[in-house]
Amino acid sequence: MHNFEYASPKTLDQAVALLGGNWGETEVLAGGTDLLSLMKDFIVTPKRMVNIKDIPDLKGIRMVRDGSARIGALATIEQLIDAFSKSIPAIAQAASGITSPQIRNMGTVGGDLCQRPRCWYYRAGYGLLARDENGQSLVPNGDNRYHAILGNNGPAYFVNPSSLAPALIALKAKISIHGPNGKRDVDAEKFFVTPTSDSAREYDLKPNEIVVGVSIPSTLGVRSATYEVRQKEALDWPLASASVAIKMDRAKKVTAAGIGLGHVAPVPWNASQAAAFLVGKTIDEDVAAEAGKIALADARALSRNAYKIQLARVAVKRAILQATM
Amino acid sequence: MSSSDERHDNPQDLHENGSQSGVSRRNFLKGSGVALTIPLVAGGEKIVKAAGADVPVLGPGKVNITLNINGASRTTSVEPRITLLDALRNDLDITGAKRVCDRATCGACTVVMDGNVVYACSVLAIEAQGKKIQTVEGLEQNGRLHPVQQAFVDNDAQQCGFCTPGFVMACKNMLDKHPAPTHEQIEMGLGGNLCRCGTYHGIKAAVAQAARQSRRGGRRNG
Repeated sequence: MHNFEYASPKTLDQAVALLGGNWGETEVLAGGTDLLSLMKDFIVTPKRMVNIKDIPDLKGIRMVRDGSARIGALATIEQLIDAFSKSIPAIAQAASGITSPQIRNMGTVGGDLCQRPRCWYYRAGYGLLARDENGQSLVPNGDNRYHAILGNNGPAYFVNPSSLAPALIALKAKISIHGPNGKRDVDAEKFFVTPTSDSAREYDLKPNEIVVGVSIPSTLGVRSATYEVRQKEALDWPLASASVAIKMDRAKKVTAAGIGLGHVAPVPWNASQAAAFLVGKTIDEDVAAEAGKIALADARALSRNAYKIQLARVAVKRAILQATM
Repeated sequence: MSSSDERHDNPQDLHENGSQSGVSRRNFLKGSGVALTIPLVAGGEKIVKAAGADVPVLGPGKVNITLNINGASRTTSVEPRITLLDALRNDLDITGAKRVCDRATCGACTVVMDGNVVYACSVLAIEAQGKKIQTVEGLEQNGRLHPVQQAFVDNDAQQCGFCTPGFVMACKNMLDKHPAPTHEQIEMGLGGNLCRCGTYHGIKAAVAQAARQSRRGGRRNG
């Protein structure tokens, strides 16, 4: 790891002032479980690390009586499981998918959202967009078994690694950001962007902005679930995941729905057409399976990842059934 | 550190590679352990004005740090990039936690920090200050193994033994939180540790034995 200078500011404004104006100069240190590994491999080489763990404003989880919730960026993955296993299962189940207690204890909500892609080309030093010397991506004809099946028209083919983002999209949450000009809120879906250069990031943050928390709107009467299709139960990222949030009336007809997909695209994917299809329906296995088909209608396999399309369909179906049965 | 050797991921690696001198790094450190506990450098700190406040910015040179390890206060001097794991092993000669993947994956470096298991390879030593750190060295008391350690011995829960200190810490922490663990709690509690020899069967038997003992109140020295 390259050497760096280190600061532990006590307030958000101090932290923002200590961050550089260009990506690569400085990094925000929270749990460190991803960042330090990237730095050991010289993928990320900041000159300064700004530890935000001493900033009290970023801590804590607050549930309000109307079923809404406010989660600080420093809330750990483990705290999410404790806080939401009854009230918002989609979040607790997504957090439980991170199967290492060490990661759950150290890893934070902000870190999960800002985690860099797990693409092995990126991690091996080929750059975020994994391009060869002619500027062509190595992914479409390379080993792309874990790469994108949606939103994969280039230039990025990696999948967003966030465990929580699909649930936040399904729940229509907002992400709060603090920067030199104060605070701003972004829809969870819009927070994530597909980068077009190696030096860009996969999220809507400026280099001197910090994710400060997540707000989840009222979840009263909302049934939610996350289903991950995994290669193994032990520590690994899912092959495909789906989070759903569904509201039903007394007659068990769906009145509102949200569906987020994980590990299928360079951004966490909002399956809005599949969610719209559910409205007015009574959930059964056929309806859930049809929603899965609609969610993946635009999917396009690369040379080695066609299997992921079916896995993602099944994830949608099972998440819907898990939430509503 | 000069830019010419910056591709080495930490300065201790250089010593390790250059061990033809006949002096192993660990023996060298053991011999000079007394000297290392004396603060070396007080520098490496500047004050930066940030949002109207004076914020200390440390490094990139060595800075003095104090760690609370197994109940004892230990002072050393490290660059900000040095992980808790490397500070324990290379600067403080506390070598129970092992460096294997060094990428927050395998669990061999597992220590307990403020009551929770963490990967010591992915915590900076400088940010571990003020936390209560417990390593496998802190479990044995008055020459008696901790019941979790004894259970690992009794159930042959290791082959090469390299993952064992991390597994013992993960097991102990899991049992502290769930004295009568369910199958799911065992899976969730030990899911962050790998054993390449595949002694999971023995480890599960050790967990069962240690859990029986903790339910009988036999575990009192953790």
